[in-house]
Amino acid sequence: MQLITCPWCGQREEIEFHYGGQAHIAYPEDPYALDDEQWAQYVFFRDNPKGPFAERWVHAAGCRRWFNALRDTVTHEFLAVHDIRAQHPLTTGTAPAAHQRKGQEVS
Amino acid sequence: MHPYDNAQATPGDVLPDHPDFLWRNPDPKPSYDVVIVGGGGHGLATAYYLAKNHGITDIAVLEKGWLAGGNMARNTTIIRSNYLWDESSGIYEHSLKLWETLEEDLDYPILFSQRGVLNLAHSLQDVRDSKRRVYANQLNGIDAEWLEPEEVAEVCPIVNTSPDVRHPVLGATYQPRAGIAKHDYVAWGFARRADAYGIDLIQDCEVIGIDVQDGRVTGVCTTRGRIAAGKVALAGAGHSSVLAAMVGLRLPLQSHPLQALVSELLEPVHPTVVMSNAVHVYVSQAHKGELVMGAGIDSYNGYGQRGSFHILERQMAAALELFPVFARAHMLRTWAGIVDVTPDASPIVGLTPVENLYLNCGWGTGGFKATPGVGWAYAHTVATGEPHPYNAPFSLDRFTTGALVDEHGAAAVAH
Amino acid sequence: MTNPFRARGHGHIDRDTTLTFTFDGRPYAGHPGDTLASALLANGVHHVAGSSKYARPRGVLAAGVEEPNALVQIEAPFPEPMLTATTVELYDGLVARGLSGQGRLSGEPDPARYDTMHAHCDLLVVGAGPAGLAATLAAARSGVRVILVHELPQPGGSLLGSQELLDGRPATEWVGAVVAELDTCPDVRVLRRTTAFGHYDDGLVLALEKRTDHLGAAAPAHVSRQRVWRIRAKQVVYATGAYERPVAFDDNDRPGIMLAGAARTYLNRFGVLPGRQAVVFTTNDSAYPAVLELADAGVRVAAVIDARDDVPAHWRTACDERGIDIRAGHVVTGTSGVEHVSRAHVAPFGQGRLGDRQGIDCDLLLVSGGWNPAVALFSQARGSLRYDAAIGAFVPAQDLDAVRTAGSATGTFTLAGCLADGADAARRALSALGTTGPTIALPATSPQPDAAPTRVLWRVPSPRDGQDGAHQFVDLQRDALVSDVLRATGAGLRSVEHVKRYTTIGTAHDQGRTSGVMTSGIVAEALGVDVADLGTMRLRPPAVPVAFAAFAGRNRGELFDPVRVTALHPWHVEHGALFENVGQWKRPWYYPKADETMEEAVLRECRAARTGVAMMDGSTLGKIDVQGPDAGVLLDRLYTNMMSTLKVGRIRYGVMCGVDGMALDDGTVIRVAEQEFLLTTTTGNAAKVLEWMEEWLQTEWPDLRVHLTSVTEHWVTIPLVGPRSRDVLALVAPGLDVDNDAFPFMSWRAADVAGIPARVCRISFSGELAYEINVPAWHGITVWKALFEAGSPFGITPYGTETMHVLRAEKAYPIIGQDTDGTITPQDLGMSWVVSKKKPDFIGKRSFSRRENRRDDRKQLVGLLPADEQLLLPEGAQIIATSDIPAPPVPMLGHVTSSYRSDALRRTFALALVRSGTQRIGDTLYVPLDGRTIPVTVTDPVLFDKEGTRRDG
Repeated sequence: MQLITCPWCGQREEIEFHYGGQAHIAYPEDPYALDDEQWAQYVFFRDNPKGPFAERWVHAAGCRRWFNALRDTVTHEFLAVHDIRAQHPLTTGTAPAAHQRKGQEVS
Repeated sequence: MHPYDNAQATPGDVLPDHPDFLWRNPDPKPSYDVVIVGGGGHGLATAYYLAKNHGITDIAVLEKGWLAGGNMARNTTIIRSNYLWDESSGIYEHSLKLWETLEEDLDYPILFSQRGVLNLAHSLQDVRDSKRRVYANQLNGIDAEWLEPEEVAEVCPIVNTSPDVRHPVLGATYQPRAGIAKHDYVAWGFARRADAYGIDLIQDCEVIGIDVQDGRVTGVCTTRGRIAAGKVALAGAGHSSVLAAMVGLRLPLQSHPLQALVSELLEPVHPTVVMSNAVHVYVSQAHKGELVMGAGIDSYNGYGQRGSFHILERQMAAALELFPVFARAHMLRTWAGIVDVTPDASPIVGLTPVENLYLNCGWGTGGFKATPGVGWAYAHTVATGEPHPYNAPFSLDRFTTGALVDEHGAAAVAH
Repeated sequence: MTNPFRARGHGHIDRDTTLTFTFDGRPYAGHPGDTLASALLANGVHHVAGSSKYARPRGVLAAGVEEPNALVQIEAPFPEPMLTATTVELYDGLVARGLSGQGRLSGEPDPARYDTMHAHCDLLVVGAGPAGLAATLAAARSGVRVILVHELPQPGGSLLGSQELLDGRPATEWVGAVVAELDTCPDVRVLRRTTAFGHYDDGLVLALEKRTDHLGAAAPAHVSRQRVWRIRAKQVVYATGAYERPVAFDDNDRPGIMLAGAARTYLNRFGVLPGRQAVVFTTNDSAYPAVLELADAGVRVAAVIDARDDVPAHWRTACDERGIDIRAGHVVTGTSGVEHVSRAHVAPFGQGRLGDRQGIDCDLLLVSGGWNPAVALFSQARGSLRYDAAIGAFVPAQDLDAVRTAGSATGTFTLAGCLADGADAARRALSALGTTGPTIALPATSPQPDAAPTRVLWRVPSPRDGQDGAHQFVDLQRDALVSDVLRATGAGLRSVEHVKRYTTIGTAHDQGRTSGVMTSGIVAEALGVDVADLGTMRLRPPAVPVAFAAFAGRNRGELFDPVRVTALHPWHVEHGALFENVGQWKRPWYYPKADETMEEAVLRECRAARTGVAMMDGSTLGKIDVQGPDAGVLLDRLYTNMMSTLKVGRIRYGVMCGVDGMALDDGTVIRVAEQEFLLTTTTGNAAKVLEWMEEWLQTEWPDLRVHLTSVTEHWVTIPLVGPRSRDVLALVAPGLDVDNDAFPFMSWRAADVAGIPARVCRISFSGELAYEINVPAWHGITVWKALFEAGSPFGITPYGTETMHVLRAEKAYPIIGQDTDGTITPQDLGMSWVVSKKKPDFIGKRSFSRRENRRDDRKQLVGLLPADEQLLLPEGAQIIATSDIPAPPVPMLGHVTSSYRSDALRRTFALALVRSGTQRIGDTLYVPLDGRTIPVTVTDPVLFDKEGTRRDG
């Protein structure tokens, strides 16, 4: 059980939080301009990197604020947390388009 | 074999011996017809059925750690086929039928024990959903039954069926042919057979890149060098997203920790397998007498093979509500696997946009029971380049069309 | 009763008090301070149990948690399976028996209590031996908050089992002084009988405190038996000591074969002589203090068998003084004995070959193969290990940022070294905390000769079978032999984790504390690889076995997932309601009158609602208050229909979908004011819907000026239903104009009801004239009783969820989660009318145009009328096209979602999701049931008052 730093409340036990998956997945500007495959990408597909991951949490049993975090999915360590309104301060270590990266682990 | 006499052994304590020989430890060759990435249960079963059913033996199974050391070594070994949808019950029932003859097929004592599985219902909606599944199972030829609470108590007398508890048992679905097996024995049975076919099982060999030319896979880069391949079949379970990302493929998967635990060896108290969706408990008593329990899934993505402590605390509290007699049993060991979960809680098995690259992932908490079934169907897919009818519904493009196979009610774990 | 094997003048036991206990049916005596193992040994009982696989007699190998052999089943005061006799504190009235494999659970409920405590500290020290005490003292004097946990009843750790002197006095005096000082520090907490068992993220260490186990039947019932401490520590020092390991030789499992350090502990801590005539087999210096102390206490040491060619001169001198024969370069090759070791076979061992064997009589064979640092918790903290070839053990590679090791847990085996290491670990931890402490003066240790190197020896060649090791035990509890390990490597296994699974070594109670590293050594020898490259078995939490009940703590019974009840709950109980669990709530299911069956009660309740007046407790409906200038915009985006156009005072039904277009929840929305809406959710989804709305608002549309507040439990909600409901309402709300034109359907009014300010809504979930009266929860019971009283001349009838379900099903109002399953769209429910065509977008809309959603053979909600009007279809039953059931797999068209007996229709009916359902209206389909098929007619789902003539009364 981790200690998670809510940007508003400070460190709290993990059980106070709910997980919200990948951060920075914006609702499409015009869903009707997307074909079904592109729409499916928005609805169902999320990055799943091994290593730093920009993701969302909500302090459900506290201030009920959503926030963004950069967390290492191997160590589970939170590398940073940010107010949700900050403009993309966190980036996931891998992009899905990391095409054929030979000789190095996707981290 | 042993100089000491085991005739007086504690009941259940003597497991069958493993064979004197299991597998070679070959160095990788420069090239194979088929490279299977992932030496877990699915990878090994796929290799076996490629050889057995399709005559393909120029195969390497690449394992980054030790064979079957991932989820295959970490699951709670429950085997059943009573899934709701036709698509799911099709492949799981095919798998269960293979389980029923697997011991002879592999010539390995896999300790497949058809002791039945109870899926408890704790609310009126649970009852409706459970009965719906039973009716569907029966029409699909699966041995499903609905049991009233007193019948549950007959099948498993230690379940607390008192109506006065927080989540009373209102009944259960029961599949008598379901059960458990000994996971290492299963994996090693497949591995030994694959090895005997001349298939190279290569351990400590991590795939770090996948070579694609003109939209077609040509080989893999590994920590033990480059290996050319006519076809590459991914069977990387929790690491499937990492593997797919090597070819720029994004999958609808999230990898989560899933914890399990065992107790010390106990005199037989629990004759069957009990699963409860509402309180997130699944428990059996394994062959030697230890209670084997699965916990709830951790909510966050994690590749650390570690989960959070509060999950175990909740698990124990829930277990004691259902099984008060477990109070002074001791938790001996806990561990975690990495489960790759899809949005509809059903797997993805089939082709990819890259020619000759195949995908088998997304089994979530259901992978062990599917081992022979998916190995069989995936081998067909790899050998023929076309999905088998058993896995055709589990294509990647179902997320585009919307033809999901929503099995959220099927696993005892809340996804 | 006397203890024949007590040593005078030794031990920290209370000889003035005698405890009686029963083992394997025989009575024995012991003393406070004893463990069950020490008390048995004091009574000369070595044979504790038969082994699990070969039924070999087994005794006590160790003195602590590493014991692989002496397993016992506690039978009284309450059965507990599989404890090690070495960790069971003796108490009066203890009844135990030796255990051969499988423990026994009691069939009776465990009467004990368990609980949990949270604690926070700057530094947690685990272990109260020399290193742990030095670390604690150093930290305590710096003023930081310290918790020290240790597993024994008294502090001192290994010092309790030695005759070491500190500052020239018995070391326990120093221990006493340190603890006395710690007791004066307000920021230091010392937890005894407390074993750290888990290290989780962010410095969370779990420890189990055994609070009353040592009191036996005298344990006070109000005190928790065991307590799990959840300790959040900024820094952790593991001063967890080391476990001695044996060496494998033939028949190395007989009772009377014991680790040398354990024998020393039995002598010094418990005043027990584990034998009269000893042979000591060692590969290192650590056995010599045991030799000398046992000899001085009266044990005849027949020989010291030292595998090393060179024995340090000081040990040789000390042994010579006592007439003890040392045989350097020798090993023990095997043993003889029946039930107990009676002879050790020894032979010279050089260049890998055994010389001529000789037998030496003994009743105690002590073994020391070196020491393995106790690194389980450090490993759990993801500390990495390295192999130290000099001691043949895995040691912590380096400190972690917040986790350190000290003392013999690091591979430091001298007392002076452990003390200094403990103080130094504290200094490093303080530094990491950004503080420093005074340098503490460490007590002077007796002059120690330089330690001679250990001979790393995993096994001795067998004189019987050479290399196959078929008589040499590795894991005593699992009865696994060296030959099993060699079979594993011969089978092609190269990983210790595979060997573990092949042989079952390390899978038992002790997690291989005495066998794991030995296994790595034997495997490495067999494969010709370096132990360092091979590694060792993964140690998994918990570090010691912990009872399930201790994990569960107080979360049992009523405190397990506590139920929620409404403000009206006591009234329902008083009036005989039976309850249904819905989400976390208890809801009245139906109110049977005397001798009434459920069916009779529900028919009666339904009849009252359709012909007179009835009322129910709807308080569990989720209620979310939505306020702000952009409230309407938010609701327009989340509901499938338009909400912003709703006028103040009006009400609209709405459906929310997921992004995938599937129905998520439904309810009513009332416009309270220009900038305020109140929406309701289904009972089970209240929290989920609030989180859903907040997620969109905060993460996607933070620019919207909207506030969301859950007000579920602020309101008691009472549907008042039936043709006479207007009459009843008029009586209790005299100020409210209840005329249909003044108070039309789908509007709400603020009014006093029974003198309580209320919001009265004209909505209906039954098709009848109905009101929903919302009052602040505090006044709910007043209003409920007033309605009940006012309605009694009209036969007002309270009804529960079952009747609610029947009434709504007759009108085809779906229940999300019952008539839907996450794969059903509003259109599938026949509710295209609730999906706005005007709004350019809302959540879920884009998914409606996916291929699968455009199919005309989707499942749709329809009604089913069984040909037999009295036959009640089971909910969940499947539907097929043919009257014969073909061979499996049978094509299924859908399933029955809701099925009831209807008073209004005078027959049974059902709702179902059926493929191409709306196109099949009028068709006959079949429901397979018990091997036959039931013909059913597909109908429009609305079966009662399709024209809606009843809603205005």
